[in-house]
Amino acid sequence: MSVSNGYDAGIASNIIADFDGKPEMLVQILAHIVDRFGYVSEDGIRQLAEALNLSRADVHGVVSYYHDFRTEAPGNHIVKVCQAEACQAMGSRALTEHAKGALGVGLNGTADDVTLEPVYCLGNCACAPAVMIDGRTYGRVDAERFDELLGALGDTDGGS
Amino acid sequence: MSRIKVFVPRETSAISVGADDVAIAIARKSKQLGTDIELIRNGSWGACWLEPLVEVQIGEQRIAYGNVEAGDVDSLFEAGFLEGGEHARRLGPTVEIPYLINQDRWTFWRCGLIAPLSIDDYIAHNGFKALTAAFEMGSDAVIEAVTASGLRGRGGAGFPTGIKWRTVADAAGEQKYIACNADEGDSGTFSDRMLMEGDPFTLIESMAIAGYAVGATKGYIYLRSEYPLAHRVLSKAIAAGRDAGWLGADIQGSGADFDIELHLGGGSYVCGEETAMLESLEGKRGIVRSKPPLPAISGLFGSPTVVNNVVTLASVPNIITLGADRYDGFGVNRSKGTLAFQLAGNVKRGGLVEKAFGITLRELIEDFGGGTATGRPVKAVQVGGPLGAYLPAEQLDTPLDYEAFSEIGAMIGHGGIVVFDDLTNMAHQARFAMEFCAIESCGKCTPCRIGSTRGVEVIDRMIAGEKRDENYDLLVELCDTMEDASLCAMGGMTPYPVRSVLKYFAEDFSPPGEQ
Repeated sequence: MSVSNGYDAGIASNIIADFDGKPEMLVQILAHIVDRFGYVSEDGIRQLAEALNLSRADVHGVVSYYHDFRTEAPGNHIVKVCQAEACQAMGSRALTEHAKGALGVGLNGTADDVTLEPVYCLGNCACAPAVMIDGRTYGRVDAERFDELLGALGDTDGGS
Repeated sequence: MSRIKVFVPRETSAISVGADDVAIAIARKSKQLGTDIELIRNGSWGACWLEPLVEVQIGEQRIAYGNVEAGDVDSLFEAGFLEGGEHARRLGPTVEIPYLINQDRWTFWRCGLIAPLSIDDYIAHNGFKALTAAFEMGSDAVIEAVTASGLRGRGGAGFPTGIKWRTVADAAGEQKYIACNADEGDSGTFSDRMLMEGDPFTLIESMAIAGYAVGATKGYIYLRSEYPLAHRVLSKAIAAGRDAGWLGADIQGSGADFDIELHLGGGSYVCGEETAMLESLEGKRGIVRSKPPLPAISGLFGSPTVVNNVVTLASVPNIITLGADRYDGFGVNRSKGTLAFQLAGNVKRGGLVEKAFGITLRELIEDFGGGTATGRPVKAVQVGGPLGAYLPAEQLDTPLDYEAFSEIGAMIGHGGIVVFDDLTNMAHQARFAMEFCAIESCGKCTPCRIGSTRGVEVIDRMIAGEKRDENYDLLVELCDTMEDASLCAMGGMTPYPVRSVLKYFAEDFSPPGEQ
């Protein structure tokens, strides 16, 4: 489930229509837009405000509130490393440092089309530490397994 | 000859450690051998430490094979696992696994047993019997049964469910709602997810019962976005429920209408707080509302709303069919029934353990959990998520009972139990509690918004050894302010883990060399 970075107003418009253009569906519409494009663009916020009859400030307020709703295009792949307590107990702090080193970025940074993000619990706490890559959750991830998973991303892209 | 049934969970934890690969390998191998099997993707039994747990149906029994890897599949076939053959991974009959048989499975009894998205399988296992019975009993009797069972909110607050339902039933309003809180954000918890992935029709049935009881025709499930598989399973289950006439207008000719809308969260922890969740369901920023009014009086879109956690709701069907007194027979004191505890973090046998209240932490961690995964001594246990206290090893004999936990400044919350070994620096855990609050605070009230950031700074100074005594006093004062003056549990309970570290692990604030 990697995301497409081309923000398409036509597709966004269809998503808005799927929710009948109801302002109370704004969080749902944003969730679907971000799922589709990886982010919501500045123009996208304007489009939403118009379509839902809300002020741009209203839409911006909702966008900026939720962690999921990025306003910048992420990389083609999104790697989330769990930062919460159950994973901490199994070494997620060291895994996070390893991930930063392996990707050469900090949290919320993007390099080589891969975005590294923190996440606070994937509900995989009995198989910690947990990582989510492109919407798929992995458990019992040590540095070695992390590198394998990362390597597999390269393979699907035709080598990196 | 009927096809041999092979079960491989389609559940997040199992998949996270390779269940999909195992399923593919089994399908491929059986095709290659020309063996006709029926591959069923069940939910998880909750023994996460044994995942991927593969089962083969032999007569009435299911034979389990644990920690199966895709690379094991060839040798499993060679060992004749389709006939229950001996193999290093063989565990014996599933129902004889001690981790499972020693539980009190009330809410999760179908989880792992059935094919989650087969409505026929659900009905074959008593599915929708409770809803049918509820229609016959009448709404008042349903609320009475829930009240008599002693069921309390499993999301964390522990409020009596029957009283909440009664309040909504009695509230004036044309439109009423059931809002199911599936924003399971506490670290160390995954019981909502397991139920939704493994037995989704139970949640649908439970919400329909709640709707019928209080006179609500519409329900919402607010599901966190971190659970994509649960989202897919629930979407399909809701559609299947509608197709089969268990959702929608005039359910099964009862005259009762009820439908469910599934909403996704946006990755905000505080949206698990009931009023923030309602704001988010209305499409807004997830800002906490002041109470009163209670959501039961003025909730979603200003209408009377039952806000219940997934496990709370899912405990109801058996209360209806088996009787309130049966449920009330489990547990101790004012903590009645069972709770799906979740063993997580540094524990050897992590997973879901549904037990009657009254079991001690030690029994859960040692008898079920087998101690730490690292084999080192337990240093601390955080119960109830990021807002729960860190209990030292000396408190492991505390019984799991809402009031007993409250007495020691702790909480059971949603039943998550996260184990830490002796290599953990608890000052870092205290810092994280404040840091998490700073990241997730909705920002409405000052003690939470500002206090959490100040908390991180003060703890950093303590760790650096700067004016440690003065900063200690300052941190205690900050905790008092946050606890007394915050609007909701986010700011109000973040001091719990912090205070517990100050109380039991103060030495961890000393810089290296001073310990």
